[in-house]
Amino acid sequence: MVENRSFQKVVTHSSLIIGVFIIIFPIYIALVTSSHEQAEVASTVQTWFGSAFLDNYSTILTTGRESTGAIPISLMMWNSLIMAVGITVGKIVISIISAYAIVYFKFPLRMFFFWIIFVTLMLPVEVRILPTYEVVADLGLLNSYTGLILPLIASATATFLFRQFFLTIPDEYVEAARVDGAGPIRFFIDILLPLSQTSIAALSVILFTYGWNQYLWPLLITTEESMTTIVMGIKRMIVVEDSVPEWNLTMATALLAMVPPLAVVVGMQRQFIKGLVETEK
Amino acid sequence: MAHVSLQGVRKSFDSLEILHGIDCEIEDGEFIVILGPSGCGKSTLLRVIAGLETLSGGTVTIGEKIVNELEPADRDIAMVFQNYALYPHMTVYKNMAYSLKIRGLSKTEIEQRVQDAAKILELGDLLHRKPRQLSGGQRQRVAMGRCIVREPKVFLFDEPLSNLDAKLRVQMRFELRQLHESLKITSIYVTHDQVEAMTLADRLIVMDGGNAAQIGSPLEVYEQPMTKFVAGFIGSPAINFFNGKMSGDGSQVELVDSTCLSLGKNGLKKHGGSEVTLGIRPEDFKVVEDDQAMIHLQVDMVETLGADTLIHGHLGKIDTDFIVRLSGTHHLKRGIKLPLSVSPEKLHFFESQNGNRIQN
Ligand SMILES: Nc1ncnc2c1ncn2[C@@H]1O[C@H](COP(=O)(O)OP(=O)(O)OP(=O)(O)O)[C@@H](O)[C@H]1O
Ligand SMILES: [Mg+2]
Repeated sequence: MVENRSFQKVVTHSSLIIGVFIIIFPIYIALVTSSHEQAEVASTVQTWFGSAFLDNYSTILTTGRESTGAIPISLMMWNSLIMAVGITVGKIVISIISAYAIVYFKFPLRMFFFWIIFVTLMLPVEVRILPTYEVVADLGLLNSYTGLILPLIASATATFLFRQFFLTIPDEYVEAARVDGAGPIRFFIDILLPLSQTSIAALSVILFTYGWNQYLWPLLITTEESMTTIVMGIKRMIVVEDSVPEWNLTMATALLAMVPPLAVVVGMQRQFIKGLVETEK
Repeated sequence: MAHVSLQGVRKSFDSLEILHGIDCEIEDGEFIVILGPSGCGKSTLLRVIAGLETLSGGTVTIGEKIVNELEPADRDIAMVFQNYALYPHMTVYKNMAYSLKIRGLSKTEIEQRVQDAAKILELGDLLHRKPRQLSGGQRQRVAMGRCIVREPKVFLFDEPLSNLDAKLRVQMRFELRQLHESLKITSIYVTHDQVEAMTLADRLIVMDGGNAAQIGSPLEVYEQPMTKFVAGFIGSPAINFFNGKMSGDGSQVELVDSTCLSLGKNGLKKHGGSEVTLGIRPEDFKVVEDDQAMIHLQVDMVETLGADTLIHGHLGKIDTDFIVRLSGTHHLKRGIKLPLSVSPEKLHFFESQNGNRIQN
């Protein structure tokens, strides 16, 4: 029995280690590459750290490269951050409010509206990108943060998730709130929002990553260099005409691009665990 | 404090009528228990009084005001829910203070009321805990506290003890009754547990399929059940029913196996010759000498409970099973004939047709 168990331990741990290795390896290569002079990584893959680490990072953060329109990565990250946060907050606000309406209020055609929202699940940004572009262009929102964020805010997925969550909240809370004299807005703010905390945290992580990784939409509606987002920036660094990609700088950019989503995951992790440990009754 | 009056209260869900017109006057400070089997509309009636469901007909009056159109919060009621419905993210203190905060009471006033209620319910140490950190009994008390702080005219309870274990239920029942004695707030309490009902109630409303079958004190309901349903619902083990026929002059009743029971000196002259259902409670039988016996019970099984003995048996050849409950322990063999008698005033007669009580 004991032997058996230690054998199991070996198996589980080794498979975990292999998994971690597979994930870590490319990141390690990126990190190593980003610490070399360009010449050292132009045609080979280095296996150990070089000496240009600080130089590379300060270059991209402050001055940027011609290939990316000579704007610093810090500005791109700022653009991406605004877009990602805007999309996250916007999606959550819009979807939690619409889910609230659908679950807690009786109004004509309620289910019809729900299904309308639900059907838009089948129409992701890529599918409706041309008409959306047209609308945004007509509104004069090209090259603006509003234009980057607004069309991506409507979210059937989040609405649906919040709806499912609200349906699990016992009716007794609603009734207790009615007896206590809490109107619809009070109930929403004082009771529903706090109860939704963990759902909101979980969704934030997913939506932030979604917003951060947007590529096609920003590419389409931003023409000014100063509106470039980081994902666009990376892409431009890889495909350069008439010269060799600066792999060291590209890798550094990629690593920097990973930091904010990672920070969000780590930051929200506490909320997850809280949600798991303190099962609300 | 206030009296509550229900007049012709009806409630339908879509086309299905659940409450068929209930009338009841509830006195100021009275403890009323609504009792009935599952699905008879007890909760619906309570929720109609609370204002959580709209009426389909009739009026509900609390104090001097007709409250049909009022929101629950404006009816001056407080309600304890079956699962307590304590807001899980708020501390006990905040749970209790929430309704007062909404009403716009001052901080000091809220503090005062919550502390007073906490003292009554011995919740002092728990005020800063969250509901999940409380035991079932403590949650129950917090739910009570949330009601008390509002100083309502009427308390409403929907099976508040059904989530507790048997021992705690007895204790909380006792505490609830004590609380009522000290606060004297009109209370309406829903349960399907007859022990709870009998011990808590000043008066009972026994419900049968959306009708109030009988309204009366626990003893009245036990001793003078107005319908066969009430007789069968109250009492444990349940009352024994026999089919029988009144003699022409109404002085005795003949059971199916030709056993005749005398109705004593009064008799039921008006009902002579009619088909009746006779009800006798298991605890109303007495063991007597052979020559004084009214009924001979053929013993099938004996259950010894310690304080009581339950005897299952039947009458003569016919399969009229019934149960007799005798106090103390009795050593009886299976198959013997037990001579029994019942005093005439303990015989309950109901019309065979509609189950209504027959009395002079
Ligand atoms: N919202 C509703 N819509 C339709 N029917 C309902 C609704 N609420 C209750 N009913 C029906 O009304 C009847 C009475 O329900 P109610 O909850 O009042 O029963 P109850 O006496 O409280 O039973 P229990 O002891 O099981 O709680 C049931 O048949 C139930 O199906
Ligand atoms: Mg009920």
